[in-house]
Amino acid sequence: MIIRIAEEGQYEVPGSLLDELNIIDNRIVDLVAKEKEEEYTTELSKLIGMIRSNGKKLDDSELKESDIIVPPDDLTLKEAREIFTGDGLIED
Amino acid sequence: MGLFDRMGTVVKAKMNKLVNRMEDPRETLDYSYEKQLEMLQNVKRGVADVTTSKKRLQLQRSKLQKSIDKLDSQAKDAIKADREDLARMALERKAALNTQVEDLDIQIAQLEKEQEKLVAAEKRLSTKVEMFRTRKETIKARYSSAEAQVKINESVSGIGEEMADVGMAIDRAENKTEEMQARASAIDELLESGTLDDLTSSGDDIDRELSKMHAQTGVDAELAKLKEEVKK
Repeated sequence: MIIRIAEEGQYEVPGSLLDELNIIDNRIVDLVAKEKEEEYTTELSKLIGMIRSNGKKLDDSELKESDIIVPPDDLTLKEAREIFTGDGLIED
Repeated sequence: MGLFDRMGTVVKAKMNKLVNRMEDPRETLDYSYEKQLEMLQNVKRGVADVTTSKKRLQLQRSKLQKSIDKLDSQAKDAIKADREDLARMALERKAALNTQVEDLDIQIAQLEKEQEKLVAAEKRLSTKVEMFRTRKETIKARYSSAEAQVKINESVSGIGEEMADVGMAIDRAENKTEEMQARASAIDELLESGTLDDLTSSGDDIDRELSKMHAQTGVDAELAKLKEEVKK
């Protein structure tokens, strides 16, 4: 499975990781809704750390589409909220 | 819907705008390549913008530092002349400027990070673009095969995703530099006019009162220290 960490690059990770990642993803959604900034930041870096440590970085010369795209590690709570409300990370 | 899904949707939407699928897949390849070159220019410009902003902040920081040094010596002179009131005023101004310097340091570090990120993005994209260019010619030469069709789709999607990602990184960096530039202009104005009250207008009334109190304690301590020094 290929995961892109936005603004960083793509990683090849074992598919078995998906369940764990989904659990964190759900937690993040919850924390964004509750505006718990500190916990949100912790969970996001946990999520990204997990991909980095379990994955193998794809070579820059690869031209593959990712299965999953996760936000950049410095995504603020405000930006996360904007992603959820539909405007995306930045308006066009 | 989770953050992944939303993020994926956002990137894919951006990607579809960048990748225009033509009737003749060979045109799709050429069009995509043109867009890639444009994006490479954009990211280069992004790097230049961030660098300029960073330099501006650094310049401002050194100006502030000069003012701080000057206020320092003014405070000393005032004490020597037995003008504690003047010394206090100078030290209060200095405290306000110190806060600004600390703030600037944080912003400079942030821009530094943005700069590194964009430089890395440029490198990544340019490797991929070069890869794409080579592959494009190979695919075009063997265009009739069904296999070539699949390869075209894969390559165009793969690089489209990268372009969308780089595009968002540029936009985010721009937003950040814009915010910082607005604040930098405000500091410039304050430096020129010499009025230093309420430099940091962030936070609520309580925050402001607390930080004023905090600065006051610092000023008192420094004033006492200066007096000691002058006595010696």
